[in-house]
Amino acid sequence: EIMRLVVVLAVLMGVSGIPDVTISPPTASADTSAHPNSIPETGAEEDVMATGELNPNHYPARRAAQVVQHYLNTRYGSPFRLIGVQTVHSGNAEDVADSGRKYQLELSVNDIITNTTQTCSAELFFPKGKGQQPPEVKALYQKYKTNQTLMSSDFAQQLRSDISTLSNSKLPSDSHGHIEPDMKPFWHLGILASSFIMLNESTENTLYNVAQVANITQLTTEEDHLEFDCHTLLHEMVSQEIIHWKMLFTWSPAEGVKVVQMKRLPHRHEREKSPKTN
Amino acid sequence: TSWMEQMVKDHPDVVTVVKYGKTYESRDISLLKIGLNTGKEKKAIWMDCGIHAREWIAPAFCQYFVREILQTYKTDAKMEQMMKNVDFYVTPVLNIDGYIYTWENETTRLWRKNRSPEPEDCSCYGTDLNRNFDANWGTIGVSFNCCSKFYPGSKAMSELETRAVTDFVRSRKDSFLCFLSIHSYGQMLLIPYGHPNYTAPNYDELMMVGQGATEAIWKVHRTNYTVGTPPDVLYPITGSATDWARMQGIPLTYIFELRDNGTYRFELPEDQIQPTCEEAYRGVLYIITYAHDKTFNGAVANTAVTLSGILLIFVFSFT
Repeated sequence: EIMRLVVVLAVLMGVSGIPDVTISPPTASADTSAHPNSIPETGAEEDVMATGELNPNHYPARRAAQVVQHYLNTRYGSPFRLIGVQTVHSGNAEDVADSGRKYQLELSVNDIITNTTQTCSAELFFPKGKGQQPPEVKALYQKYKTNQTLMSSDFAQQLRSDISTLSNSKLPSDSHGHIEPDMKPFWHLGILASSFIMLNESTENTLYNVAQVANITQLTTEEDHLEFDCHTLLHEMVSQEIIHWKMLFTWSPAEGVKVVQMKRLPHRHEREKSPKTN
Repeated sequence: TSWMEQMVKDHPDVVTVVKYGKTYESRDISLLKIGLNTGKEKKAIWMDCGIHAREWIAPAFCQYFVREILQTYKTDAKMEQMMKNVDFYVTPVLNIDGYIYTWENETTRLWRKNRSPEPEDCSCYGTDLNRNFDANWGTIGVSFNCCSKFYPGSKAMSELETRAVTDFVRSRKDSFLCFLSIHSYGQMLLIPYGHPNYTAPNYDELMMVGQGATEAIWKVHRTNYTVGTPPDVLYPITGSATDWARMQGIPLTYIFELRDNGTYRFELPEDQIQPTCEEAYRGVLYIITYAHDKTFNGAVANTAVTLSGILLIFVFSFT
């Protein structure tokens, strides 16, 4: 009898070892702490900018990191090297008297084409004052030995000898993001040229990406470098706007990309309206 | 619509189409109701895709999700259990007019809002549906210029598409465990609230479950997703569907911002659709499993334990 009792007790104890799970009652009432009619604190959208140590996942560090990406692409990008921010590890921001704000970031950046990563330390300065002043960026990128140099010079060679290939090309070529492999270097060039503009236009309240290269055409030139005419659509995330820019730029393996002329195209609201039906 | 009808045809005992509203251009807004008929009162999970027209990967994900749960519930005991306790309400394309507009030609591909006509004093079409819900409407993260991408409408709930959602959900709000809204791009999981001065009462839980979901996502293809409130990780938002749902008392509400993180933006290439859907599915599954288990499994396990304990005592005392 006792044995049986012991067994029963043992079994019961083993069985009741399963943790007690409390079931919370279904939430019936609406959340009153954010009632639609309550008055929010007034304040400009920009508010107090984050200062001191930054949370690497929050937008101030993420936006600053994007600016570093644009800077690195203007400096080190090529038709065969496109740089992207992979992770922000840490960041710091501070006011510099009345002249602007300074950021320090530790990030990992990634060569999108070869998928190689490296760490990067960057310093940025966003000047204050009237009108758009471009940020100043300091960051280094290690150009590891890749096929990139050879492919760039082969590509340049090919373009110098065969100018008729590229005219009025749209990239991606359709609404589904399709890009032919031999068109990718042109797409990268469009992104690099746009990076100059994105860098110039960046502030602490913007996050730029290239949405589309609407049109890229190679132009004839007597010079050593290659010349292109390009129309790109930039996506500015914070306003969700699509902004059109036209550019004239040059490229050579030695000199990289240089934007000669750039013009922002006006927002054409008419394009967003349906045509009047007859 | 024909795909939705096909789903019903293929799984007639589990899937029904429900028309719950009309768009400005008079198209039907429909959802798929998916679940096993048990005759008992069931809980619910909401998923909407394509509130923003240009985010094409989102409707693709809704289709993937539907197909996946319909394929797995017959062989996966957990999914079968969830289908018995919960009904899934999935709207593959909420902003139908906007979505169709983005297919029209190259210049319309990047349209975001719905296609409601221009207001009297302004000359652009469309309202940002994800700013139109009655959740701190029109305060921050919006612009009253009707040409803006963030135009929240002439007033809260001014849009037909918004009211279709709120009418449907409100009539059953106590049954909803989860409200998920699928978007792109950015690789983020956004939790309420979009207004910087308000914190959800279950913020910690939302973050914890969100972290679990991003870990589940990462395990599939090593894609990094970030969790946080919009004011923290992106920008302030008011009038969003998920904020409205959270205010109705639905405990777990998330905005999924799918791939990518900047290379292709809205025009995600074909070869990325499958992996994006695979990883997002794991993230969604994590959240809905948590929501389901919190409501169902605990009670069942407890009761089973107590009952078996009592039974054993009886058995032994009679021998």
